Amino acid sequence: MLVPVAIGVTIVVFFLIHLIPGDPARTILGIHATPQRIALLRRQWGLNRPLVSQYWLFMDRLAHGNLGQSLFYGTPARPLIIARLPPTLWLIVYAAVLAITISVPLATIAATRKDAVRDHVVRVVPMLGLGMPPFWVGILLIYALALRVHAFPVSGYGTGFFGHLRSMFLPALTVAIALSPVVIRALRASMLNVLGAEYITTARSKGVPARRLFLRHVLRNAVIPAVTVLGINIGFLIGGTVIIENIFAIPGIGQLMINSIFQRDFPVVQGVTLVFGVLVVLVNLLADLSYAALDPRVRFDR
Amino acid sequence: MSAISFPEPALATEPVEHAQPRPRRWYRQPALASGVILLAIILFAAIAAPLLTSYDPIKENLGQSLLGPSGHHWLGTDQTGRDTFSRLLYGLRTDLRIAFIAVLFPFCIGTILGSIAGYFGGWVDTVLMRLVDIVVAFPFYVLLIALVFVLGPGESSIYIAITLVGWVSYARIIRGEILVAKRQDYVVAARSGGLSSVRIIARHLLPNVITQAIIYAMSDIVQDILAIVTLGYFGLGVPPPTADLGSMINDGQNFLTTHWQLTTFPGLAVVVVGLSLSLIGDGLADLIRPGQS
Repeated sequence: MLVPVAIGVTIVVFFLIHLIPGDPARTILGIHATPQRIALLRRQWGLNRPLVSQYWLFMDRLAHGNLGQSLFYGTPARPLIIARLPPTLWLIVYAAVLAITISVPLATIAATRKDAVRDHVVRVVPMLGLGMPPFWVGILLIYALALRVHAFPVSGYGTGFFGHLRSMFLPALTVAIALSPVVIRALRASMLNVLGAEYITTARSKGVPARRLFLRHVLRNAVIPAVTVLGINIGFLIGGTVIIENIFAIPGIGQLMINSIFQRDFPVVQGVTLVFGVLVVLVNLLADLSYAALDPRVRFDR
Repeated sequence: MSAISFPEPALATEPVEHAQPRPRRWYRQPALASGVILLAIILFAAIAAPLLTSYDPIKENLGQSLLGPSGHHWLGTDQTGRDTFSRLLYGLRTDLRIAFIAVLFPFCIGTILGSIAGYFGGWVDTVLMRLVDIVVAFPFYVLLIALVFVLGPGESSIYIAITLVGWVSYARIIRGEILVAKRQDYVVAARSGGLSSVRIIARHLLPNVITQAIIYAMSDIVQDILAIVTLGYFGLGVPPPTADLGSMINDGQNFLTTHWQLTTFPGLAVVVVGLSLSLIGDGLADLIRPGQS
């Protein structure tokens, strides 16, 4: 399951170059490039070979950890990308934690009093949230919390664990705000489902205290669908970091991607796209594994 | 495009076990009604932009730059003296037009491929669903930005990129619905009647399952608008000087501390559009499956 998808990801990334209109080498290098440079690039990318052999060349390089040569920096693309992975991973994890911190209480508030005023209020929040451009939210947060009230730095990654925690709060919050509408919806729906289940009625009639009932019986069972939703939207979460890193000047691979686009540095864009694809595949695997930890009924039988 | 104009699911195909509840009219659905009204207002403002504002959204007027909101310029002017309200309306016009066109291609392609996969099953299904898995493996924005980059910025690239990334959701939804629907009696009857597969899919199955795709399309349009605005913000969207909400936000960002309205209002416009479409989507879902919200 995982291997064919991973191979498919490499094929898509490989084909990106053939979507470039005209002669890819000429288009990428621009009109001022010398014929020698164009010829060199064509040879490097194997553009004069048949498609299958081009892909083979691409995969052969990939197997040796070679993501190509950056046209802008003139260095291999792999170390460029690897050096920028930590801030991106930080942002992804931080945002996921914040998204859950926002969503669980709001979903609880809504689900425990279905159709009350507070339920309707919570249900409108995702509708507003879904339409907010994440980068716009980021800019407004910078304005409100960094420029007006100097609570957080305007941009950057910070130094040390607590430095990261402080510097990355606004970017992570921005991604979390973009993500939470979907999570709130899913969590509310699954909580309502659980609350209607027979074992909850049984537990209530046994006299299980409300708090314990909620934590042990409702929340635990409702969290699994929420993790699924988070897993499905992991691509959205990771994709959101590309945008947000650029708003907050975080030196991650999202910023590298956008910068490389402006520098017409195709190999780096291609490499980053591949890394993002692989990242999503891996995170999906992790999400699958975490079901087993959350739900004892799930077992990975062979 | 014909896929959208299919009739509503015929009531006769549903088993009549108990008295049908009084049919709910769309305007009795508060979410749907308010969404439709809100969207109508926005569409009117976007289409009638030349009537609502007398300022040119493109012509620069450097003597009037960065004015605050006033009776003449409701939302002030930008750094080149263009009326912000006028640019907002024209920007909405551009972005809504692109979004509504952009959603049609993945809708049609995804629906066709999804029904083929769901109806025929077998290796066609396996291959198509593997393809879906691969596209889904990429973060939406990453693939979108990479595609627009290689295709070159501009409107047609946006359509191609959104189609290549977006068809998968429709294919998944329609495939899932058809897998269930094809076991229903009316399909078995149509099949034993000797109808062709194409006819069964187009005339019998799709009218019954298409509403799910339409509901999804409402949130998909919102996502497409966000994508178009985001691409515009990064200078990968509609080329300047055409008014586009994303590039407006980018321009206004430099004057955030002094002229916050330049950044805030284009974004708010997107939020209102998103709200109206979400309301319509939710309302439609409620209309089809009452009680399940």
